[in-house]
Amino acid sequence: MMALVAEPKRKPKLAVWKFASCDGCQLSLLDCEDELLAVAGAVEIAYFMEASRSVVKGPYDLSLVEGSITTPHDAERIREVRRVSRHLVTIGACATAGGIQALRNFKDVNDFIAMVYAVPQYIDTLVQSTPVSANVPVDYELQGCPINKKQLLEVIGAFLFGRRPVVPPHSVCIECKTRGTVCVMVAHGTPCLGPVTHAGCNALCPAYHRGCYGCYGPKETPNTASLSRWFGGLGMGEDDIARAFRTFNAWTEPFRKESTAHER
Amino acid sequence: MSDSMTIKVDYLARVEGEGGLVVRVRDGRVREVSLNIFEPLRFFEALLRGRRFIEAPDITARICGICPIAYQMSSAQAMEQACGVTVDGQLRAFRRLIYCGEWIESHALHVYLLHAPDFLGYENALQMAKDHGDAFQRGLQLKKVGNEIVAVLGGREIHPVNVRVGGFYRVPAKQELAPLAEKLEWARDAALETVRWVATFPFPDFEQDYEFVALRHPDEYPVNEGRLVSNKGLDIAVGDYDDQFAEEHVRRSNALHSARKGGGAYLVGPLARYSLNFNRLTPAAQEAARSAGLGPVCSNPFKGIIVRSVEILYACEEALRIIEAYEPPERPFVDVRPRAGMGYGCTEAPRGALYHRYRIDEEGVIRDARIVPPTSQNQRTVEEDLRRFVPLHLDLPREELTRRCEQAVRNYDPCISCATHFLKVTVEKE
Repeated sequence: MMALVAEPKRKPKLAVWKFASCDGCQLSLLDCEDELLAVAGAVEIAYFMEASRSVVKGPYDLSLVEGSITTPHDAERIREVRRVSRHLVTIGACATAGGIQALRNFKDVNDFIAMVYAVPQYIDTLVQSTPVSANVPVDYELQGCPINKKQLLEVIGAFLFGRRPVVPPHSVCIECKTRGTVCVMVAHGTPCLGPVTHAGCNALCPAYHRGCYGCYGPKETPNTASLSRWFGGLGMGEDDIARAFRTFNAWTEPFRKESTAHER
Repeated sequence: MSDSMTIKVDYLARVEGEGGLVVRVRDGRVREVSLNIFEPLRFFEALLRGRRFIEAPDITARICGICPIAYQMSSAQAMEQACGVTVDGQLRAFRRLIYCGEWIESHALHVYLLHAPDFLGYENALQMAKDHGDAFQRGLQLKKVGNEIVAVLGGREIHPVNVRVGGFYRVPAKQELAPLAEKLEWARDAALETVRWVATFPFPDFEQDYEFVALRHPDEYPVNEGRLVSNKGLDIAVGDYDDQFAEEHVRRSNALHSARKGGGAYLVGPLARYSLNFNRLTPAAQEAARSAGLGPVCSNPFKGIIVRSVEILYACEEALRIIEAYEPPERPFVDVRPRAGMGYGCTEAPRGALYHRYRIDEEGVIRDARIVPPTSQNQRTVEEDLRRFVPLHLDLPREELTRRCEQAVRNYDPCISCATHFLKVTVEKE
């Protein structure tokens, strides 16, 4: 990977873009209270509407994209973002997987519109909520709902120095073992998505005595079918197994297949 | 300056979410004001149908990354009401504590990073930091203390994992809260300094005759419960919300506008909470407000930044009180068994009253959901403010007037992500 610092005297330009989302992942950057000034010193924050009304024209060296693509206008806009960005990194489950709003993909979106809005013809929306990668090529995807802000700093730093981000690809189970949390499924029979879920949260839920609910999305090659059999053994019904895989990362291939297999 | 123009802001900065503003002036009169919401739709009320009642706090949290606790609290309490369960004692206090953390985090973000640059003439907080470094650092550290409360109690700052219907998954031992208490003591002083700092900002004379709507509780500053009251005769139980308020769908907006039935625009949020509950603030918070030049009612929306700062101070004191009195409950939650019925929840999000209504069946499956966020309730009031504000300042150059209009919108700390189910500033010149 080429370093972002093409000319030694120029600070790389950072842009933060928002599509359909809750703002939480871009807020993660403002939540780096102790590192914010250092980041602002290392890069030129050229486009970040949540933080500033001044806009520096592109092209941008690194674009962080939050949110999923859900409208015809946004489908055009993400192509423009790609065009003006040397590197494009998706941040969070919406941009990476389609987000909770991708639950519409399993239904007829017109029914959804009619449930919320009195005058459906005012609404302009796509049938599906899709991840950025379904629309344009992406250089890196950071998973999580929300993302881990330390991993965000790692990703920004890595792109600044032209190296691959160090973000462990293993499951949440490994994080439980590392922090010494007793397995909630083995010890308490609590259904837990940890075995199939990408690490990054530091196994938060089991440490708070609940099962992982998969907000970081699938790890590499997850064995979802096996986990579903375990869930069945713990007394979960088919509907609840389908619901477990159908949340913030429902539209990722492994979770989508698994939830569909249990849908009645 | 010409007496005909259009002020237009395509994409409002330093607010949460995507919106813009248009103000059209002809012959010295404001012909049109519209906040346009182009934040894309996410259909939460529809996608909640068919989900289990216990899933509502985690799913609705995803409406807003800035105030997830508000969504978790309103939804959890609505479900508990539907199931005939009350959460009280230490668990209730613990809910109040985590909510204090969210107020501190969200208010500090708005006061220092989003709104103060307007008053001091900067494009953003980083630019402001070059001249006001101490204030900027104080703001960040205050925000951090709020975030730490949420993270210790909830697991993480954004979309915490520990809130559930019936209480919490895990409650901490008393000593786990001790480090928070130390930081809160610093934060209390920093909050007082914040009130003093913002009180020195320049404020336009802009007192308005609002209908304030907020929760009111017999003996507490409202956070999680109370009756919905106003300064114009409203006094209802939360469950009667739908009898009194209606949402309307307008073309330019992906948010629904709220209004009092048979009435008009109303205002929720810090100004309303404060003006309806001044005597429920701690003595120190009341004193700080008076020293900053506020009376028991504040009708100038530009002074919302002072009120938010007073609320940060209150939240720090309240959090300290709760931590000092904390004894871990025997169980982290009470059992909630589903039954068919309706449940209503309304809590005071940092931006104002957040209403949830659910109908669940006997299996606990959600059959119908309705969510009314503070920003959609305030949208009409924001527009009315602009309609009155712009004619007073037509002598300003357009760029300056546009800034002032943006500032007037940011008075409300609008959260567009929430209201979409909400915001765009355009001022056009004809």
